[in-house]
Amino acid sequence: MNIASLLAKKGSKVITVQPEQTIRQALGLLADHNIGALVVVDRDSRPVGILSERDIVRSAARDEDVFVKTVSALMTKDVILGVPQDDLESVGRTMTDRHIRHLPVVDQRRLVGIISIGDVVKAQRDLYRGEVETLQIELTEEHGKPAGR
Amino acid sequence: MTRPGTEAQPLRVAIVGAGPTGFYATDQLFRQPGLVVDVDMYDRVPTPYGLVRAGVAPDHQKIKSVTAAFDKVAAHPRFRFFGAVELGRHLSVDDLRAHYHMIIYTTGAQTDRRMGIAGEDLQRSHAATEFVAWYNGHPDYRDLTFDLSQERAAVVGVGNVAADVARILSRTPEELAATDIADYALEALSASRIREVHVLGRRGPAQAAFTNPEVRELGELTGADVTARPEEVEPDELTRQVLERAPDRATQKKVEILKDFSRRTPTGKPKRLVMRFLVSPVELLDDGRGGVAGMRLVRNRLYATATGTLQPKATDEFEHLPVGLVFRSVGYRGVPLPGVPFNDDWGVILNEKGRVLDAQSKLPLVGQYTAGWIKRGPTGVIGTNKPDAAETVTGMLEDLARDIHLRPADASPAAVERLVRERQPQYLSYQDWLRLDEIETRRGKETGRPRVKFTRVKDMLAALGRA
Ligand SMILES: Cc1cc2nc3c(=O)[nH]c(=O)nc-3n(C[C@H](O)[C@H](O)[C@H](O)COP(=O)(O)OP(=O)(O)OC[C@H]3O[C@@H](n4cnc5c(N)ncnc54)[C@H](O)[C@@H]3O)c2cc1C
Ligand SMILES: NC(=O)c1ccc[n+]([C@@H]2O[C@H](COP(=O)([O-])OP(=O)(O)OC[C@H]3O[C@@H](n4cnc5c(N)ncnc54)[C@H](OP(=O)(O)O)[C@@H]3O)[C@@H](O)[C@H]2O)c1
Repeated sequence: MNIASLLAKKGSKVITVQPEQTIRQALGLLADHNIGALVVVDRDSRPVGILSERDIVRSAARDEDVFVKTVSALMTKDVILGVPQDDLESVGRTMTDRHIRHLPVVDQRRLVGIISIGDVVKAQRDLYRGEVETLQIELTEEHGKPAGR
Repeated sequence: MTRPGTEAQPLRVAIVGAGPTGFYATDQLFRQPGLVVDVDMYDRVPTPYGLVRAGVAPDHQKIKSVTAAFDKVAAHPRFRFFGAVELGRHLSVDDLRAHYHMIIYTTGAQTDRRMGIAGEDLQRSHAATEFVAWYNGHPDYRDLTFDLSQERAAVVGVGNVAADVARILSRTPEELAATDIADYALEALSASRIREVHVLGRRGPAQAAFTNPEVRELGELTGADVTARPEEVEPDELTRQVLERAPDRATQKKVEILKDFSRRTPTGKPKRLVMRFLVSPVELLDDGRGGVAGMRLVRNRLYATATGTLQPKATDEFEHLPVGLVFRSVGYRGVPLPGVPFNDDWGVILNEKGRVLDAQSKLPLVGQYTAGWIKRGPTGVIGTNKPDAAETVTGMLEDLARDIHLRPADASPAAVERLVRERQPQYLSYQDWLRLDEIETRRGKETGRPRVKFTRVKDMLAALGRA
């Protein structure tokens, strides 16, 4: 299974911020949308970084003036980008191995979504549950009970 | 007014699409303690079960026993089924909004993905979706024809649907006769002259989508010898690295099964099933009369994307594969429902975790939900739709608790029945279906088959004495 099916049920809006915006503005976006990270995009809407609540917390711990800093000062620049055709399994492995919590996904360089490690874990769990459920149907000769008990 | 969900004012829910997802969602709604729910389920075809009837292969009867669980759900006194009623034809979204508090779209994926190559639309090049619906007796597809006088066929893709198609093409008439395959398909396939079926994967065996029981089954056919090329099933360097870093039993097993195929020598069975890997069709070739004469294949090499997924890259080595019949099994695709926002990127209803979103504002539309293949795309086995439906139902209950739902002008069950009767007098109830089911199974018993399907709507109506 590829990650397109994770993006398919995430609407189509990705909350983005520009590098020259302030951390205060970024925090506003995180709070308004109740999310953990923003994709930082340039003027052509290409992802150039990622800014997570962790990045902000880490900086705030030692810097009183964090709010007026720019996004570009705090963002992670070395972002790994996914494509919709990436297999769920390899995405899960890479995110775990490299401690990546958010993966922006691009299609022909256009930002089409972002998936979190939580999305990946939930998708893997649902896949697994679905397989077990299906095996149970096949193994149960007698269906005395309503669906899937 | 009080919040719906009580004896006095039941929560009225419309479910559009009677596939597994529709039944899982219904079951989950009925199981909510303290919630009184009426469910009306619609389907454009007269019969329930979606792809369990029209997709799942006829030689895989065991999994079809899931319908017994669906029948239990349907036996709930607050459940009604309206078969042969199509959203967008007999009823509109506004009709539903006028009669229900909540609507769930579970319409599945109704068409095929395109490969996007030249010659795709030549005669004798078919979407697997059509072939599958045809051999399973779907009323809309029963009159299609497939030229089974060809001796060589190709199936593009190595998912479980491709495995189904290859297997059905390779089965003996005796094997098929013991299934509930549509009568006309049994006849056509029994007279089939196909001797060779080539199954084409664009990546390697370790990346193939089909699951191990399905591949193994291809090696156990009575009527066909399976083969593979050693150099195509041997994992390349990148695949070996992945398997070493993250050993995965199922993948290793899959590679082993295919390696075993490559070591086999033909035993003289009437047909040959050839498993190919690391090849992509780049063009279907015209026989000069508008039909397929073969395909041009390019050999692929694997490369790793940024996330470590191994994907195919074309080399400059080409090959000519002469085949007279092609089945494109590269995945299904959802179609838009009139009046329901669609996400063209993924071919699904525009949604967030099952809440349908407004196309402009991208905010949830009150009272409209989706689940299953039309929500997340055409992947996953039957059971996968259960947690998927649960996610949607959870959202519905959250919304209900916040009193977010439609305010229908007339929520009475009788009003719906009047409307449906007016728009589609020939609709079928679940009772009607159970009656047809009984006849189909009885006809099957007489001939030693699980059932003999009705494949025309008018035959179904006639059997119910309504023609
Ligand atoms: C060929 C094939 C074989 C498969 N074999 C297996 C298998 O062996 N084991 C397994 O576990 N899984 C199998 N699957 C997967 C399984 O079938 C799906 O996961 C499941 O059916 C998806 O459920 P759904 O309810 O979302 O969609 P569907 O099953 O497609 O149901 C959708 C329903 O909506 C109806 N509908 C569509 N549009 C409208 C409209 N406008 N108005 C009213 N009704 C409408 C359709 O008629 C259909 O009945 C197979 C899939 C395919 C394609
Ligand atoms: N017995 C069963 O349990 C059973 C039976 C049938 C179906 N199902 C389920 O139903 C779902 C749908 O099955 P499916 O087979 O339609 O889909 P699928 O599992 O997604 O497989 C699609 C196949 O097509 C290939 N493909 C896609 N685009 C291609 C292209 N342009 N050229 C060449 N190959 C291409 C894919 O290769 P890539 O991987 O390289 O993209 C993949 O091999 C699956 O989840 C499946 O498990 C289950």
